[in-house]
Amino acid sequence: MSAADISAPRGAAGMRAFLAGLWRGSALPVIIVVLAILSFWYVMAVQMNAPWQVKLNERAGETVSAFAFIEQTWNQTKPVLPTPHQIVAEIWEATIATDFSSRRSLAYHAWVTLSATLLGFVFGTALGVGLAIIIIHNDASNRSLMPWIIASQTVPILAIAPMVVVGLGAVGVTGMVPKALISMYLSFFPVVVGMVKGLRSPEALQLDLMHTYYARPGQVFTLLRWPSAVPYLFASMRVGIAISLIGAVVGELSNAAGGGLGVRLLTGSYNGQTIQIWAALLLAAALAAVLVYLVELSERLVNTMMGVRP
Amino acid sequence: MNLTDLQRAIAIFAGVAGGAGLAAALADAASPIYLGFFLAGLLTLLRFRVAMSLWVDGALALAGAAILVVSLPGFEETAPLHVWLALVAVWMFSWLFIEELSFSITGGRLPERPLGLVIPLVFGLMLVFVWEVVTRGAQIPQVLLPPPSTIWMRILDSVPILFADFIQTFVKAVLSGYAMGCGAGFVVAILVDRSPFLKRGLLPIGNFVSALPIIGIAPIMVMWFGFDWPSKAAVVVAVTFFPMLVNTVAGLNESGHIERDLMRTYAANYWQTLLRLRLPMAMPFIFNALKINSTLALIGAIVAEFFGTPIVGMGFRISTEVGKLNIDLVWAEIAVAAVSGSVFYAVIALIERAVTFWHPSIRTGRT
Repeated sequence: MSAADISAPRGAAGMRAFLAGLWRGSALPVIIVVLAILSFWYVMAVQMNAPWQVKLNERAGETVSAFAFIEQTWNQTKPVLPTPHQIVAEIWEATIATDFSSRRSLAYHAWVTLSATLLGFVFGTALGVGLAIIIIHNDASNRSLMPWIIASQTVPILAIAPMVVVGLGAVGVTGMVPKALISMYLSFFPVVVGMVKGLRSPEALQLDLMHTYYARPGQVFTLLRWPSAVPYLFASMRVGIAISLIGAVVGELSNAAGGGLGVRLLTGSYNGQTIQIWAALLLAAALAAVLVYLVELSERLVNTMMGVRP
Repeated sequence: MNLTDLQRAIAIFAGVAGGAGLAAALADAASPIYLGFFLAGLLTLLRFRVAMSLWVDGALALAGAAILVVSLPGFEETAPLHVWLALVAVWMFSWLFIEELSFSITGGRLPERPLGLVIPLVFGLMLVFVWEVVTRGAQIPQVLLPPPSTIWMRILDSVPILFADFIQTFVKAVLSGYAMGCGAGFVVAILVDRSPFLKRGLLPIGNFVSALPIIGIAPIMVMWFGFDWPSKAAVVVAVTFFPMLVNTVAGLNESGHIERDLMRTYAANYWQTLLRLRLPMAMPFIFNALKINSTLALIGAIVAEFFGTPIVGMGFRISTEVGKLNIDLVWAEIAVAAVSGSVFYAVIALIERAVTFWHPSIRTGRT
């Protein structure tokens, strides 16, 4: 029986099995919880937007039915809590319907953030892997670096972000690099910690075997340590890419001219454009989800290439 | 004492730096104290003939650092060559000292307990020292990077400001938000744990949300809860809630079937099982979330202050003083934030040690 036969059950019995699988699996519960969150959202939108709508209607001197009133609260221009359909419409409006090169285009801002995120992520991963390699090979650097690497993350780097941006701007480094440096500082940490663990994961037995093969340290590294560290690397990269995005967004807060999703958050908050804030926020969330998914996809790809059996 | 390849290379490099420094100091007509230091550095090359203690290297590094610190304020423009060579020599000797020290500790020739702490300490001090010498020696503009001594003076000068900001951001926003967020995450996790259906529905979403840039809700929270600390606390609640939820649920699943069956044979009810078995088993996970959250909370509160604050608070101070180019005050603020963040983390880690004393990672840590 091939895999296709198992995954495509036919007939009523198959349907029942499919439904039972849905119930036991996580798809159905997730959908139900999401629907619950959405309906809660709409209810909250009515409640939070109602006072302002009452005032508006009083000024206009109209009386509306309850249904019409609810609809009004769901479609204000500057609501306290915008509804999901307003946000989706705004995202559609600002990405697809607006020219990409325009500064009003959300897609343009998302691209600015994405490029800084990716650059910072690449820097951070490279730095993390490099540090981990040094740390596992040299006891002195393990002892001297590790405590400070951990301490470095209790420094709220996001608070340093404006200074990094301004300071580097003073010496003429502007644009993507300062933001990428902030992303790097955030994303190298999970990679170092994960890779140190991963590169040390081969057991003494395996290391001894390499020793009996008379393997050079370089061979022990490429043939044993590195392959066993790959799962750890991907686990760290999943975390790293997500916080790399956070770093890029926060880095943008201090450089309003540069553009990016962070700038959209900032200008939205200054102008009271709640829909704009939520649109930027959801787009950032979607971006994070896609990036994490891409890392997972490449993990599966690498696993297949390395011949990992599930 | 036998040297490793790396130690030999550093030793040669350190000795050569001493020799080059001696020549440069003679050419620059530097003060005799520099000549003495460089000469001593050059003489360490004798280690390849005569056995030399690692403490000699440590003492040399210390002496060189002291000489540099004392002579630094005298430079009006970019420092001459021999100063930089002295810096290189100090770096090399301290590196060599660390190398040899860790080698001896690993080899069991020196005790682990007090000396193991010396290594990170020396490394940290060296970083601050190099920062100080480079910023002063190369006359790096204050706007770019002020030397640590200036920052320290600034901290001493502006204690009232820093203290007010600390109270506003850390005590009011971070601590209250942290308590509420972690508490809510914990309670919801226990409720969710009773329903397998909810658990399957909420966990993927919780995992997903923990990866999102939640910090972006800061402007929304500022609109909803006003400029003062409640809006920052709200951001902290949102940031800390999901890691706590996900970790606690994972931790509650940690107890195995055998232990649960044992509790059943004792006729333990749900609450007894929860309190005596499952919560203790979940503690490592809960503390993991508490530690992650301790840094997230501080970041969340500071970033939220960028979107609007009363005229006090760490994030407010940082963003306005950057605009005024008072970079030393910004660094002072960052130092306060870093120290409070580290202390916060350390306190939680200490409590963790006391609570989860039975966990293998801590048991091995003690022996």
